Parts: sequence; C-alpha cells; structure tokens
Amino acid sequence: MISDLDAQKTAKALILTLDGEEVAFEPGETIYEVAERHRREIPTLCYDERLEAFGACRLCIVEVEGIRNPVASCTTKAAEGMIVKTKTDTIEKHRKTLLELVASENRSVDVNQLSGYASQELKILVDRYDARTGRFAGKKSGTSNTKDKNPFILRDYDNCISCYRCVRVCAEREGDYAINVMNRGFNTQIITEFNNDLRDSECTFCGQCVQTCPTGALGDRKALRDSDTEGEIRKTRTICPYCGVGCSVDMLSKGDKIVGVQPAMDGPANEGALCIKGQFAFDFIQNADRLKKPMIRREDGELHECEWEEALDFAAAGFAKVRDKFGRHSVYGIASGRAPHEAAYTMQKYIRATYGTNYIDNCSRA
Amino acid sequence: MSNPLADMEKPDVIFAIGTNMTECHPVAATRLKRALTNGAKMIVADPRKTRLAKMAHLHLPIRVGSDVALLLAMAHVIQREGLIDASFIEARTAGGDEFLEHIKRFTPEWASEICEVPAADIEKAGLIYGQGNPSAIYYTLGITEHICGVDNVQSLCNLALMTGNLGIEGGGINPMRGQNNIQGAGDCGAVPNNFPGFQACDDPASVEKFSRLYQTEIEPKRGITKVTALDLCGKGIHGMIIDGENTVVTDPDKNHCEHALKSLDHLVVIDIFLTETAQLADVVFPATAWGETDGVQTNTERRVQRLRAAVPPVGEAKPDWWIVSEIAKRMGTPGFDYESAKEIFNELCELSPIYAGLDWDRIEDSEYQWPVPDKNHPGTPRLHEGEFKNGRGKFTVVGYRDPAEVISKDFPLWLTTGRRLEAYHTRTQTGRSAGIEYLLSHESLEVHPDDAKSLGLTHGGMAKMASARGEIEIEVKVTDMSPKGTVFTSFSFANVPVNILTGSGYDPVTQTAELKVCPVRVTAV
Repeated sequence: MISDLDAQKTAKALILTLDGEEVAFEPGETIYEVAERHRREIPTLCYDERLEAFGACRLCIVEVEGIRNPVASCTTKAAEGMIVKTKTDTIEKHRKTLLELVASENRSVDVNQLSGYASQELKILVDRYDARTGRFAGKKSGTSNTKDKNPFILRDYDNCISCYRCVRVCAEREGDYAINVMNRGFNTQIITEFNNDLRDSECTFCGQCVQTCPTGALGDRKALRDSDTEGEIRKTRTICPYCGVGCSVDMLSKGDKIVGVQPAMDGPANEGALCIKGQFAFDFIQNADRLKKPMIRREDGELHECEWEEALDFAAAGFAKVRDKFGRHSVYGIASGRAPHEAAYTMQKYIRATYGTNYIDNCSRA
Repeated sequence: MSNPLADMEKPDVIFAIGTNMTECHPVAATRLKRALTNGAKMIVADPRKTRLAKMAHLHLPIRVGSDVALLLAMAHVIQREGLIDASFIEARTAGGDEFLEHIKRFTPEWASEICEVPAADIEKAGLIYGQGNPSAIYYTLGITEHICGVDNVQSLCNLALMTGNLGIEGGGINPMRGQNNIQGAGDCGAVPNNFPGFQACDDPASVEKFSRLYQTEIEPKRGITKVTALDLCGKGIHGMIIDGENTVVTDPDKNHCEHALKSLDHLVVIDIFLTETAQLADVVFPATAWGETDGVQTNTERRVQRLRAAVPPVGEAKPDWWIVSEIAKRMGTPGFDYESAKEIFNELCELSPIYAGLDWDRIEDSEYQWPVPDKNHPGTPRLHEGEFKNGRGKFTVVGYRDPAEVISKDFPLWLTTGRRLEAYHTRTQTGRSAGIEYLLSHESLEVHPDDAKSLGLTHGGMAKMASARGEIEIEVKVTDMSPKGTVFTSFSFANVPVNILTGSGYDPVTQTAELKVCPVRVTAV
C-alpha cells in the first residue's frame, strides 16, 4: 500500500532525462550532482565537492536541449523536464581541446603522487582524453615561487592551471583567506597579501591547498622528500593523534617507512580538513630518539638497555616488593590520554585486579 | 560534547569561553567559521585577543579567573529581560526557583568590577546568548583549569538550562577535549571514581560486578586522584606506573612533581621517548607509537574510532596493553592472556553499558557516538534529547571566588598559560617533526605594550618571571594579544619550564590544577 507521504513524494518527484534515461533529482541539485549520482564520470578540474561550484575549467560541460551552447554542469541547476547529454562527440572533442590547452601551460602533467591527495587529477584526465598532443605548445602561465623556503608547502606555480581551488578552500573551508589571485590570463599568479612568504601571511599551514590542488603545483614538501624511496605508496586509514577532534587521515607509507599523511575526505569529524599538526607533524614516529629497547636502572644509578624478560621481571618484582612492604594502597597507576583504549583499559584493570584498589587516574587533571 | 561536531555549523549564537580554538582545535574552529559565514553571531570571553576573539561580534577580555562572575551576571540579564525558557525549566530541570532567586543580586555592574570589562558588554552578552535560537556553548581548559573549574562548568550548565539550549540541534554545552584519547581514558575507567563505562566505584552493584570479573575483592570506595597520589609520593605511595605522560613537565609545580617521583621506591614508565619523566624511572618500556598500533580512541563528540597500524614498530617497541599485561601476569593477576587489541576492546564493550552495542568490527567506519546501549541502536550524536540521563537537569547555586593567589605588590601581573598552534604539549612529538621549528623555534612571553613600557621590557629582549614557587627566564614578545596586566606563555618548551611557576591551587572537587592563573613578577634582564 502506498502511504499518503509516499504518494506526495511520487507526485512531487522531479525528473530529467540523462543520456536518454529518466532520473529523479532533488530541488537545488546541479546537473553535475545528478549525473555523478548516476556514475557519469564527467571530467572536472576546478571542482571539489566541499567547495562552492566555480565553473572555471569548463570540462564538465554538457548539452541541454533548447540551449544553444553547452553549459557547465557544476553551476547549472537541474530543472524539471531537462534533456541532458553528458558525452556527445562534440562535448568530448571540446573536452580534449580544453585539456590540450591546460596541459600546454604546464611544465609537466606528470607529478609525483606524494604531492597531494588530488595531485593526479590532471594527469589522469590528460591520459583519458589522449591529450598529450603538444598542439598548443608555447606560452605558459604561472611562475613558480622559489623564494618561499617554508618546509611544508611547495609552490610550483609553473604547474598552476588557475582553478583557484587553493584560494577557495583557504577561504571557504578554513576561513583564513591567506592567499588570493593576482592578475589574469597568462599572468595569473597565486599570492599572499603583499606577495610575502606563507609564513608571513594568515596561512596556518593546514595543507588544505596542497591536498586540493589537481596538478601538484602545490605539493607536500615533507612527503616529497621520499619521492625516490623504494616501494609502492600504501594508504592506511587511521585517526590523528593530537587533539580531541579525531580527524580521519590516511597514513602514507612506502615499505616500512611512513612518508606522509593525507586527510580522509569522508572522515566524519573533519570532512577532509586537517591542521598543521595532523598534516605535517608525523615524522616523530620514526625519529632516531625513539626508545627501541627496555631500560632498567642498574647499581651505577644509570638507565641501561636490557632484554624484555629482564625488564618485565624487574618491573613486576619491584611492584611486588612495594606491595609486600607497604600494602596495596602504596601503588598508583597513571594511564595515558594519548594511548588507545586498550592501554587505558589494561592499566585500570591491572591496578584494580592486582591491588583491589581504585588507585588509578589519567592525565586529564593537568 | 553534548552535541556532534557537525552541529558547530548550525548555531544561531556561539558563546566561546576559555577556548583558543583556532590554535588548539583548528579543525573544529573551521566549522565555527562556517557558522559565522552563515550568519551566526559569536561572543568570545577570553582575556587574550585570540584569532577567535578577533572574529567575534563581542569580545569580553575578562580578567583571568573571573568567569563565574561573568556567567552569573549574564544569567541575571537573561532573567531580567524575560529570556528564560520557562517551559523547559518547568518540564526538565530541578532547582530553578532557587537559582533564579540567587542570580537577582548579580548585576552586570557588580560583575564589571570583578571581570574588568564594561557592564554594558556583559549586558550585551546576556542578551545575545539569551536571544539565540539556538545558542551553543564551547569551552576548553580556560574554564576547567581553575580552582573554581567545577563552578565554571556548572555556571555554563545553568545558562544552557535556563534558556533551554540542551538536547537541541546546534545548541548544547560543548567541552573540546584537548588530547586525542582523554575521553577514551575516562570511558575505559582509568579514573579513581569510575569503573569502565562510567560505572561508579562506590556503587555496590558495580563493585560486585568488577570484583567478580577481575577475580579479586575491589574496595568499595573511590581511589585518590593523581594530584593526591603525587603529594603522597614517599609518604604512602611508593610504587607508580605511568603510561605516556610527561608528568614532570605538564603538571603544575615542576619542582614538587620531580621531587615526588624521585622519592618513589619503584617507578615504571611506558613511553615512546626518554622523556624528562622517563629519565626518573627505574624501568622504562618502549611503547609502539601512532601508526604502529592497532586500537581504538574516542573523540570529543564521543565518536569511537579505529586506529590502524601502517608500519612495523621501531626497534623492539610493544603495544602499551601488552607491556601492562605482561607485568600483571608476572604478578599472578588473572585475566591478562590477551593476544590482540581486538580482544581487549571487545571485553571493554561487554562490560560497559555505553559501549554494549559496539565491538571491534562494528566501529570499522567511525559511525558510532556513545552511548550505544545495544546492537540495534544507531548511537547518540546528541545527548539530552527528550530527557536527561538522571531525570532532571539540575541548576547549581554557585558564587564567585577569587583565584587561589591574586596579584599583589610582589607579584603584580597575571600569568595565564596555554598552547600554540604549531606545538603540542611538551613537544616530545611536534618538536621531533621536521619543519615545525621553522614556524615556532622558541618560547616567548606575550606582554602588552603598556606593560612592556612600564617594566622596561623590549621586544626580543629577555626577562625574568617569578612566582611564589620559582623563577624562569624567557624572551619577551610585545603584543596587544595580551590585555594590559596579563602575560601569556605556553608550556611547550623544556628550556622555559613555566610549570615551575604554576600550581597555586586545585579545584576542590576535581583536583584540576589552576594552570590558567598565576600571579607573577616580570623584570628585564
């Protein structure tokens, strides 16, 4: 049986024709959003689903019956009864030409995958459309900023295609407005206020501009240190270890080496955002200072490395001795607010089950 | 947080107090910035002109430690202007009459004297918060690290209760947790008053339950806090095990703390580096770090999420749980034959009602926020919807108290401490990450230009800063980020051990240290 509510929904359903197929859409959706839901794989370069649609790259153009020129699907709202074609020969030819033009402005479309989350977008499209023809070789836009020596963000604007995703993510998502666009056309340049280094701007080095750049013009300088390290890049989904927000990240590794971090666009706490710590402060993990073996304090009063068995026996014997001498209320446990649940759980269980007390706390009081 | 992070984009009015969110929780702050873009109004109460304060419609640079006075006067204005939610108070709260009578005395003019901000601004803050629909409160350690930390929190609860801003989308009371798994440490029962899942240590049924599960008789009363334990070191406490905390640098009154740990007969430290605290230990165990450890952590919105190992551990490092279990086994304690983090997490879920609907496999996609009472439950993004866990939301009658120490002729400036964006805690991690130094190479003391002038301090010059407990040297940064009469620094750099100075007092209930207020004297070197 159809309920009243269902009947209303059916009555109000908005329909358009997508490549000959009738599909429903919600009020306010763009043609691009409807087409993506139906897996049309419309190419884009200036699009990032977290940002306001911009309509600059023109790759997402589609034909709409009754409109003479193709329209940008990312900025055109779907309308009742629209007849849309996403992949005609003409459209595909336009797209290839656009990609040839874009590629012609850059020093290279092949950039290292470690550059950033979206860094392969241009390369993938250029290959998909077989657009390495060199037809438009000549004038370039954007000049790499080689004077900004910050250790995090490569500013290789020779590979900039003026999609403004960096400028938009900084403004719309971060609210920092650290960078903007100077000049237009071939003279376009992404700069900070007064063209200073990023350090002297409102930039917080959250790395969002790097991760949304579709060409690797902005690159993750820390990850790129491992460009030549052997091994495939592996991504492991985990959670940032700093504050309590709990941002989802993909940790990048090659072999046994951690080489970088990228934000998880589907992380529920962060939805693709990170800060400088989560983005760039990961290499403490494999720092030379890490403790590698247990240590015990010997007769000379100094800590010395030893084997696990000896250290564990020594630790347990020490607690047994204290308990036997001073009673069960003489031992106290402090769990970490940094280590995972399993650490805190076993610590409290150790105290409660061994001593029968609640002499347990964590570092939340300081 | 009573409300999910996603709600931070939805308030009509944001009241941020004691939180330097753009530096300490930058990703959460991006949501507030979007709320502002969408037209939300923001009140920021913070002595310092933080980035958040600069974005606010109203910034109240209150004197450190005067929060209760501000909040009482805001409540006064809300009542006087008829902005209370009478039906919410009637239906869902207790103690409202007494509270509403209590606040009649506390006018903005009264609070203005204590908070050192104009009465008109306090009036305005009350009006804006009271008129918001909804209004949301965000706070951090600027509220809790005071001798009146509990009073501060309860004052915020009073505001939310009297205006009905609890249990609704875009509202609530939202403490931002400062450490990745400080929420989880509490969830797991690593506190002296609760077993795992917040089952009280003085509740006979819970004591019986855990005594049975852990095969030993657990005493039916709360344990002492870490603060008390440190005070008792060598005088009752003789053995201690510390996991992943650089106690001597993060805790107040560094000299006292160091002395305490040195007076133990047996100190075991588990960490990833040989921290200042580990250097005092009798045994140091190398733990696996982030990226090397499988496990679980809970974020500030109670979201239970999986940590996954990406690479093998450095050296012979082992997971913390394995180390603790091996010690327990050697002491003959039963129940530590764990072979994986999964086994331990599933045990936690089985005996914690708030985690009852969870297990290792169900949290794969980070979709649950506790409480999740059973396997069919979708989780609880928003607390207090429809009803409070304990029946009614209780108003608390609180009064203003001065900080443990107040400024005097000898110590005429207020010192307040905090974090900086680029550094985390004692820099054991960020200090060992390449590049951070480019942005933050050393510590400095933020001093208002007028104070710098009257004290003869120069930007980039050195100063001596002393409190009743000690003295440190620090570089001066002249900036109007600090209000006149108040100086600021962080506790990140070991060569500027600011916690030699702090430690004037503790909240009597939580024993949280008053790290946010410390009278000092600053002199040019």
